Amino acid sequence: MSRRLSQSHIYGWLLLMPAVIFLIAFTYYPTVATLAKSFFSQGTALKPAEFVGLENFQYMLEDDIFWKVARNNVVYAIGTIPISIALAILMAVWVNGRLPLKSLARMSYFTPTILPMIAVANIWLFFYTPDIGLLDQVSAKFGFAGHNWLGDPDTVLGCIIVITIWKEAGFFMIFYLAALQTLPPELEEAARIEGASRWYYFRRVMFPLLMPTTLFVLINAMINSFKLVDQLFILTKGGPDNASSLLLYYIYEVAFSFLDQAYASTLTVVLLVTLALIAIGQFVFLDKKVHYQ
Amino acid sequence: MFTKLKRATGQLALAAALGLGLTSAASAVELTMYYPVAVGGALTKIVDGLVADFEKENPDIKVNAIYAGNYNDARIKALAALKSGEPAQTSVMFSIDIYELIEQGAIIAFDDVVKTADEKKWLQSFYPALMENGKTQGKTWGIPFQRSTIVMYYNKDAFRAAGLDPESPPATWDEMVALGKKLTKKSGNTVDQWGAMIPSTGYPYWMFGALAMQNGQTLMNGEGNMTYFDAPATVEALQFWKDLGNKHGIMPSGTIEWGTLRQNFLEGRTAIMWHSTGNLTTVKKKAKFDFGVAMLPANKRRGTPTGGGNFYLFKKSSPEEQAASLKLIRFLTQPSRTAEWSMKTGYLGTRPDAYATPELKQYVKDFPPAAVARDQLEFATAELSTYQTGRVRKLLDDAIQSVLTGSKSPAEALGGAQKKADRLLKRYR
Repeated sequence: MSRRLSQSHIYGWLLLMPAVIFLIAFTYYPTVATLAKSFFSQGTALKPAEFVGLENFQYMLEDDIFWKVARNNVVYAIGTIPISIALAILMAVWVNGRLPLKSLARMSYFTPTILPMIAVANIWLFFYTPDIGLLDQVSAKFGFAGHNWLGDPDTVLGCIIVITIWKEAGFFMIFYLAALQTLPPELEEAARIEGASRWYYFRRVMFPLLMPTTLFVLINAMINSFKLVDQLFILTKGGPDNASSLLLYYIYEVAFSFLDQAYASTLTVVLLVTLALIAIGQFVFLDKKVHYQ
Repeated sequence: MFTKLKRATGQLALAAALGLGLTSAASAVELTMYYPVAVGGALTKIVDGLVADFEKENPDIKVNAIYAGNYNDARIKALAALKSGEPAQTSVMFSIDIYELIEQGAIIAFDDVVKTADEKKWLQSFYPALMENGKTQGKTWGIPFQRSTIVMYYNKDAFRAAGLDPESPPATWDEMVALGKKLTKKSGNTVDQWGAMIPSTGYPYWMFGALAMQNGQTLMNGEGNMTYFDAPATVEALQFWKDLGNKHGIMPSGTIEWGTLRQNFLEGRTAIMWHSTGNLTTVKKKAKFDFGVAMLPANKRRGTPTGGGNFYLFKKSSPEEQAASLKLIRFLTQPSRTAEWSMKTGYLGTRPDAYATPELKQYVKDFPPAAVARDQLEFATAELSTYQTGRVRKLLDDAIQSVLTGSKSPAEALGGAQKKADRLLKRYR
């Protein structure tokens, strides 16, 4: 009996092995190595790395740019998440209804998602270009003067947020569309017979039933707001004067432009802890409240 | 076990990334060379062609020339290869990476490899301005290969329309402001054509190096451990840049995008732009108007930083490999090949005798703008490069952008940048 048990154990572990190896090699080992590195100084050929305790973290607390990108990231998250989710629900409800050319509408909403972010950024770069850009050419028709959208610290982050919403809403729409199609049509019929308005039906029936999807989308949107920075490489390089820089982009700069992997590891640890806290918070606290009973 | 695994996967990933596969070393010496491409065009094909010519002449040397992305990528890949134990023997990398590479212990000086009198003479054959970024501690670490400067492109048709002489572009700051005012055309409160544009994203420190030099001030010393960001002439230069937009109104205020500036110029939205010589071929192909290329204007003197990539020799290589690398670099920098390279890419010919070759002589005669960058070399200086160069460069970039967007005064921003740069560079003095 016990022999059979251990055999099935081995069998189980063998099945798990490929996944375990890849997870350790590409997720757990780098995470642990990053954590370890954050306690060491950046070594050079002349001066090898040495243990410095919390010195890197202390440097981070005194680093103005870190605080600026952290603040930017919060603004970016608050700016992108609610609007892209709201738009996603709106579009999903709309293309789920009876609509001529329904699949064309669905496809065109989904198109921004399948385009690579770098390509998208290159397109938007020319939308935002002062005077010759699409945005300024259209507003010039209405008599507005041109604006240097990406060159003005007050508007640049807003411009980045708009692109992200445009890109993400279609992706989230797909999840909502799938969820909507699982809703039994009897609910809507019953609501209509009872004389409920469409808004009432949406607010009291449809939206609560979509809650599990909303949680899933919310977590994805949160994580994306920290990890989607490709557009910055093309559009602003974090400028002007870090006005559009985000945490992950700053980490890239520190690691590969400043070649300071110790400090980059420190920043990465902070990013990882933040994301872990968000994910745990959402799964532990929100998960209990989202299921409609 | 995991370290073994890590090493194995690392090597595998590296081999895949480099596209090497498992080639066996059939020839006596095998060299790996990384090179970046910073401007568009079929540069990889040109390099492959040059390398093939070299291998034909030297059958005992095999060269793997690997395209490694932009300058940043090339540095990352070369340093990663160094750590992995499969290093490159020579590479083309950003000329301003020199201090970083020395600090990492990655490169050796050419002085330690050249032996014959002929080779020593070769070290002296390049334009001195292009050698500035390759020399420190009394030794030569970088040999100029794909090098550029900033030049002024101007729209001759716009000059004519404003009643100006298209053959006399502004030669001083004052002239640039005066002509710029005549070239700025407004309808109502919208500007149809700006007088001038100097890009301030991407590489603001590079453009600023030109303005500072024109005001008689370099941005750093030759040891790479001291910056002069808060010198009065530097502050004045930044004030002038800001004034172009805010006081004189010949340039848009705020920052100007590096990537779309060429399009602005080609669409006639600006009469003058400052940009890399690397754009010359594209502008020549796409401009629908008559355009000219001129040296940057002077204030106290003329000035521009150089830019671009140098050849480096890596320390982790055998004497035979070093000799073979030297042979390769000497081959690629022969006057005739330098001339060919310059004509095909728009980069500078890196040595005076390249411009004496009949091919390049003819090319310059047919297309005079190609000579502007060369003539300007007389006034050129090194591009900003120090120890901790990435950080120091960003300090200056941020200071420039904060001034151009109006959030700080030049003295305040540059003073802060200098203080932080001092803190970074103190331990290298």
